[in-house]
Amino acid sequence: MILEVRHVKKSFNGRAVLDDINFSVDAGECVGIVGRSGCGKSTLAKIIARLIDYDSGEIFIDGELQMIFQMPEDSFNPRKTLGWSIAEPMKNRDFKNIPARVSDLLLEVGLPADYAKKYPHEVSGGECQRAAIARAISVNPKILICDEATSALDVTIQAQIINLLKKLCREKKIACLFITHDLNLLPKIADRVIVLHGGKIVDENSTAEIFKNAKSPFTKELIEGGLFWKI
Amino acid sequence: MNKIFPQLISAGAIIFIAIFAQYLTPFDPYEQNLARALTPPDSINLLGTDRYGRDILSRVIIGSQTTILSALALLAVISIFGSLIGAVCGFKGGKLDTFLMRLSDVFLAFPQMVFAIAAAGALGGGLFNAALALALIGWTKYARISRSLTLTIRKMPYIDAAKLAGTSSFGILINHVLPNIAGPILVTAALDIGTIIMELAGLSFLGLGAMPPTAEWGAMMNNGRSMLQTASWVILAPGFAIFLTVAIFNLLGDALRDVLDVKNR
Repeated sequence: MILEVRHVKKSFNGRAVLDDINFSVDAGECVGIVGRSGCGKSTLAKIIARLIDYDSGEIFIDGELQMIFQMPEDSFNPRKTLGWSIAEPMKNRDFKNIPARVSDLLLEVGLPADYAKKYPHEVSGGECQRAAIARAISVNPKILICDEATSALDVTIQAQIINLLKKLCREKKIACLFITHDLNLLPKIADRVIVLHGGKIVDENSTAEIFKNAKSPFTKELIEGGLFWKI
Repeated sequence: MNKIFPQLISAGAIIFIAIFAQYLTPFDPYEQNLARALTPPDSINLLGTDRYGRDILSRVIIGSQTTILSALALLAVISIFGSLIGAVCGFKGGKLDTFLMRLSDVFLAFPQMVFAIAAAGALGGGLFNAALALALIGWTKYARISRSLTLTIRKMPYIDAAKLAGTSSFGILINHVLPNIAGPILVTAALDIGTIIMELAGLSFLGLGAMPPTAEWGAMMNNGRSMLQTASWVILAPGFAIFLTVAIFNLLGDALRDVLDVKNR
């Protein structure tokens, strides 16, 4: 087991945002967390990444954790080159031969090596997200949190990024917590789905089962909503 | 870079004159020649002479040293000190932030010039005390600006990414916060050069800044104010020098705003 979340609670100004969250993620597994805006998905992601504190409960992480954010351009310092930002986690962990490793990482995510010299505003959203993936995998994480990592991208680029994430996670045996509001993205990447509603887990099952036998009316609503938009 | 080139050249020329003023004056700016007192501009004294027969052009040139270099030094101190305080307050928050921001509220409660006049008066006048009086209140503006910029930057995903990268708080402040607040702070400072020159000149005009016989533009205007109708060149020359300098630095500030916007590169 790479990640275990036990009885985690979080409230803001007396309002419960996360209420008794329990789940675990195995090595190499991809778990999708889905829910409406404001249901606590991003709060959960930030809590697991230790970016914000939680009120009670326990979180166990076995190994390095990295995160990919929703807005690709905003996840890079606009005053630094992509190469500098990709190198930053490696510098802090005393990696050797960092410039060569940055080039290799860029090639691995499908970007030319000379993109290391570019600034975030000089590349497209999709390219920026590829660079963010390069930064995230640079320190060989055991788990990757993708917080709405494809929401700001158009459908074609979305598919490319999902395929890239899938490939990298499979090859490097990285577990993935794929957070999205779009349930229909999950069959493409997630092995298991957790449905979050009002700060609580209302459904949890394998991706195929969730679509076949959704327990919660809210999950059904999400599936039907997705179908409605497909029509 | 082309957008800012003329402004940089103009500001550079003024700073060059200020630094090398003593080599550029046609006459000794402090030498009196009562035989030529209040001579209007002519071929010998291009901007005329004052009531002691001192060459006004030489005094304006040497006065640039006092006025501009003291304004730049004061600006450097308040902008660096204020920005660092604001950045630390905005990034760390907590009791330190509350204490320093309430302190700045106290300073901001006073009208700036009134406070500076009172402080300069209490400190006993002189250019250093006038600058000190302006510094006492001037840092608050930079602290406020840099704090609000830092509060915005602190919430950006790249700060979260830096935390996940394992960068220390100090590293985040140095590598991520300060470079991103430097642009707006630099623009504010460039626009403030004119204001500070005016304030220092204002204190000198009121007799609380540079003391005679030091040539300083505000003090020169103060000395010539009674002669505005009879020998207007005495007051017009330093007045025009202030106007020109303030205008050039304001234009430089505007140009810097465009150039330093990273997305305009």
